[in-house]
Amino acid sequence: MKKKFKLVDLDCANCAAKMEDAIKKIDGVSDASVSFMSQKMTIEAEDSRFDAIMQEVVKVCKKVEPDCVIQL
Amino acid sequence: MNKKQKRMLYRILAAFALFFALELGEKAGAAEWIGEFPWGFLMFLVPYLLVGWDIVYKAVRNISHGQVFDENFLMTLATIGAFGVGEYAEAVAVMLFYQVGELFQSYAVNRSRQSISDLMDICPEYVNIEEDGELKQVDPDEVSVGSLIVIKAGERIPLDGVVVSGESMVDTSALTGESVPRRVAPGSEVISGCVNGGGLLQVRTIKEFEDSTVAKILELVENASSKKAKVENFITRFARYYTPVVVIGAVLLAVLPPLLVGGGWGEWIQRACTFLVISCPCALVISVPLSFFGGVGAASRIGVLVKGSNYLEALSELDTIVFDKTGTLTKGEFKVSAKFPAEGIREEALLRYAAYAESYSNHPIAASIREAYTGYLEHAGQAALLDTSRVSDAKEISGEGVWVQLDGRTVYAGNEMLMKRLGIVAPPCDRIGTVVYVAGECEAEDTNTRKEEHADKEKTKKQQGQAVFFGTLVISDTIKEEAPEAIQRLKEAGVRRTVMLTGDRRAVGEAVAKELGLDEVHAELLPADKVSKVETLLGQEAGKQKLAFVGDGINDAPVLTRADIGIAMGSMGSDAAIEAADVVLMDDDTEKIARVIRIARKTMAIVRQNIVFALGVKFLVLILGALGYANMWAAVFADVGVSVIAILNAMRTLRSH
Repeated sequence: MKKKFKLVDLDCANCAAKMEDAIKKIDGVSDASVSFMSQKMTIEAEDSRFDAIMQEVVKVCKKVEPDCVIQL
Repeated sequence: MNKKQKRMLYRILAAFALFFALELGEKAGAAEWIGEFPWGFLMFLVPYLLVGWDIVYKAVRNISHGQVFDENFLMTLATIGAFGVGEYAEAVAVMLFYQVGELFQSYAVNRSRQSISDLMDICPEYVNIEEDGELKQVDPDEVSVGSLIVIKAGERIPLDGVVVSGESMVDTSALTGESVPRRVAPGSEVISGCVNGGGLLQVRTIKEFEDSTVAKILELVENASSKKAKVENFITRFARYYTPVVVIGAVLLAVLPPLLVGGGWGEWIQRACTFLVISCPCALVISVPLSFFGGVGAASRIGVLVKGSNYLEALSELDTIVFDKTGTLTKGEFKVSAKFPAEGIREEALLRYAAYAESYSNHPIAASIREAYTGYLEHAGQAALLDTSRVSDAKEISGEGVWVQLDGRTVYAGNEMLMKRLGIVAPPCDRIGTVVYVAGECEAEDTNTRKEEHADKEKTKKQQGQAVFFGTLVISDTIKEEAPEAIQRLKEAGVRRTVMLTGDRRAVGEAVAKELGLDEVHAELLPADKVSKVETLLGQEAGKQKLAFVGDGINDAPVLTRADIGIAMGSMGSDAAIEAADVVLMDDDTEKIARVIRIARKTMAIVRQNIVFALGVKFLVLILGALGYANMWAAVFADVGVSVIAILNAMRTLRSH
């Protein structure tokens, strides 16, 4: 399943790159991209565990850039 | 400016006022203790924390999250270092300067993001639906195929559909870059994303929102940033190593010299702090993707969708361009391209006889002849009508041609064999295309009394009752008006090799290639041959040279995928082709390819400028800092100052034409 999320207060391009890297390393995520320009995040992950994976994504993003909020 | 930026601005102004007062006090010698520990330290700590508390807070918080070496940490370390060696004023000033730079940077990035998304602002927000005589606004997602929707003057067309009633001029510029509005009337198809001009339109939808043109385009553009160019990936990789290396350099600089050569620790720690400030790769990390984003935006403004920055990068290295003939360089429709009336016969008469002879046939060639005649009449200001009641008794000999009775006289139209049967020696015709010969009986008592018409008849009277030769028509596929110019522009833009592939006969292919000035032509190819031909051409490319294939998508989706860059026609191409292509020409105008190449080159040039400039300044300041010639001010400039300049430079891509 592929889903797109809006990111609020994503302030630095370097953080976006770091977030992308970290999300890609999550188990079950087949592809991810964080676009600083469009302030959007696209995640492709296993259908069955998508919600659990998203929780993980939120946690990882909080770690990199605590100010940035993912609109679920 | 948004709320967050405004708050920052106030903090900066307040901190600056305090800092200025303190500096003034110190310079004027108002009090001894300013600039000395502990009172001076505490006094300077106030503006420092006012402007930079969030940086210090984030630094601490991020370290607890395992994020070392981010800018917050580096700035905090550098300024605390300055406090440590007693340079209070410098610590505050550096933090101030840094925050000013950050504010400016965030403002510039927001602005550019805004102006790029304005370009993409084609998404409709609502649909007007008539229900019980009242207009209701609903979400475009909820409208099913076949619904009747109303588009008022000035509104954006929300869904693809066919006009049922109303006439208007439609502005398609957001999709095609074409500034001349298109006229629509009942029966014409309208596509979503265009803006309705002056009239009220009633439209029956033919697609759901998620399949409509506008939804597809938005998806393409949004996904564009996920396909990264090589330079972008290089920058990401570079950033990963750059920061740790510089930080290690800073540690070494602080520790080694005092141990080895002796001297004050303070001096070397200060130099190390300079290093830390420069260690953020922000200028590159922001400006490079921003440049590509701007380039993609500029291309979409002229009606060309580029599906990723990697394709923009490839376009700038374009060396060979391969065209499919039909639908790309030629219109793919048949037209009378040459008329050779026999001696004594006027052009009008030749066309008229031919058109009536073909009036019952629905072959494309017959249609093109009829069109040529009605077009001729229209041009002469007459009613463009074929009066089929004048025609009777139509017969057809397969493989030869047709004959009909026109006002009681026989008129023939067909090939050489038909002429031979009539005992007419048709003059050979070396034109490329389908040749149609026209002949017929002439009668003296022609009812048409117009003078010129009479002259025709006079001439042929003597052969009464017998078929005479009227002339020759050549029907061929027509070259698009803009095609020769497009090829010329491509050559000017530095494309070395232009190639055409066609399934058509060799003679036809070569004639078209010659007229357009193409370098190579490969004719009589089956669809599968096109793929292998493109593979051969790809094999001949050296190094970084790139090959693009341009097609209308009919039968060539595999070739579009195989080429380095697949360019498809957006408005007449199939959905499959648009999907398979990397670059889509929204209005099918091949001339735009050269313009996109120019945009791509400019984007790449700006990217390169930014990389060289940012790294150049950073390395220069690093070296000067190590030698003790650059102070922290220079370091902050090398960090945020360079970022801001690189962002402003990146914005130039948006203004490419």
